[in-house]
Amino acid sequence: MNLNVNGRTHEIESPPLTTLLDVLREELGVHSPKVGCEQGGCGACTVLVDGAPRRSCLLPVAALDGAEITTVEGLGAAEHLEPVQAAFVHHYAAQCGFCTSGLLMAATAYIANGGTDDREAIAEALGGHVCRCTGYVKIVDAVAAAARGDEFDLSVTAAGLFTTTMSGGAA
Amino acid sequence: MPAVTDVLLPASPDEAVAAFGDGSGVTVIGGGTIVMPDITAGRIRPARTLLLARAGLAGITHEGSTVTLGAMAPLQGLVDLPAPVGPCAGNVADLEIRLQATVGGNLCSGEGAEAPRGDLQGPLLAVGAQIRSAGSGGITTEPLEDFLGHRRGRLVLDLTYEEPAAGAFAAVDRPHTHAYTTLAVSAARTSDGTIRLAATGAGWWGIRLPSAEAAAADPAAAGAAALKDVKLHDDALASAWYREQALPVLVRRALARLEES
Repeated sequence: MNLNVNGRTHEIESPPLTTLLDVLREELGVHSPKVGCEQGGCGACTVLVDGAPRRSCLLPVAALDGAEITTVEGLGAAEHLEPVQAAFVHHYAAQCGFCTSGLLMAATAYIANGGTDDREAIAEALGGHVCRCTGYVKIVDAVAAAARGDEFDLSVTAAGLFTTTMSGGAA
Repeated sequence: MPAVTDVLLPASPDEAVAAFGDGSGVTVIGGGTIVMPDITAGRIRPARTLLLARAGLAGITHEGSTVTLGAMAPLQGLVDLPAPVGPCAGNVADLEIRLQATVGGNLCSGEGAEAPRGDLQGPLLAVGAQIRSAGSGGITTEPLEDFLGHRRGRLVLDLTYEEPAAGAFAAVDRPHTHAYTTLAVSAARTSDGTIRLAATGAGWWGIRLPSAEAAAADPAAAGAAALKDVKLHDDALASAWYREQALPVLVRRALARLEES
């Protein structure tokens, strides 16, 4: 069976009930999806499957033959970040980073599906993702900024000259 | 790493029925949200696994007032349906789980050791759904109420129900999207005025509340009567005592919302 991961097709050799998460990490060396709870409860392993956000720990790879998988590695590289990645940097939306990959993919799907900067809608879209560091406010700030199309000068962010404030629509 | 297993990936409902046979020794995976963690953790080691992902059972259709839900219909596909089914589906977990979890899996999930499962059982009992399933004896259609007690060994194909004239759903608020529903009550009023009530979380699977239905004209009496219909239990989410206090409240709320709708 085959998987297209971030634009590249791979023939998969793992046993059929291996989770997509294990195939990505162990067979293909794609490490942005994190092994968190392994029961669909934390969102750290979320990737896009044919454009839809899915928990990769819950998907048997045999059910995905021919699917297109997108992970953070398929977004922007460090020197050319996607807007949602830049927004996470600019708004200090990542701390330890364990949840960040899953959140980035969920936010990518949310924005691609026409999501706005409405904070309640963002909270609903990202509600399955657990972050134990940030308290979520800055994550919602970042997704709202990316949904609005804000642009950032990350050199300013890097110099520590930006202080984030709550933004977006009504809470 | 999962154990070696026969994995069957049927490409049509007929192939799924044939592959399932009488269900003996077959582990069925719909969306995977319940079974996959058990496989990954080694709690179950299936010898023969039926993956329904491509079996063509995911349809949701409306024909007049008749709604048909395929076994593989994702819960997110139900959230816009009228109450009680839509609001109940929207109350399950979060968007990503709802995109993956299926109607059939929700109805056939084993009794959770720590929490009730099968949120949709309540609303689908309330609307009087008929369920079509395969297994020993071939394909049968029966009321969901009859099916739930012997669902092991059956492969759900689809459910059909008539949209009620009015519906309502009331649940104990969840502290987080990942919490299972502690207790919920679904209500439906048919076009002839009959009121049906059902609960999720008041037993090991969804249950009709006939005593409460008989007293539905008086919501307070119906709430009290509902306690005659259930055997409440303690689990990780709530004690039987708590459920005893909450069930009459939810019955009253569901009936009040039914009246308002």
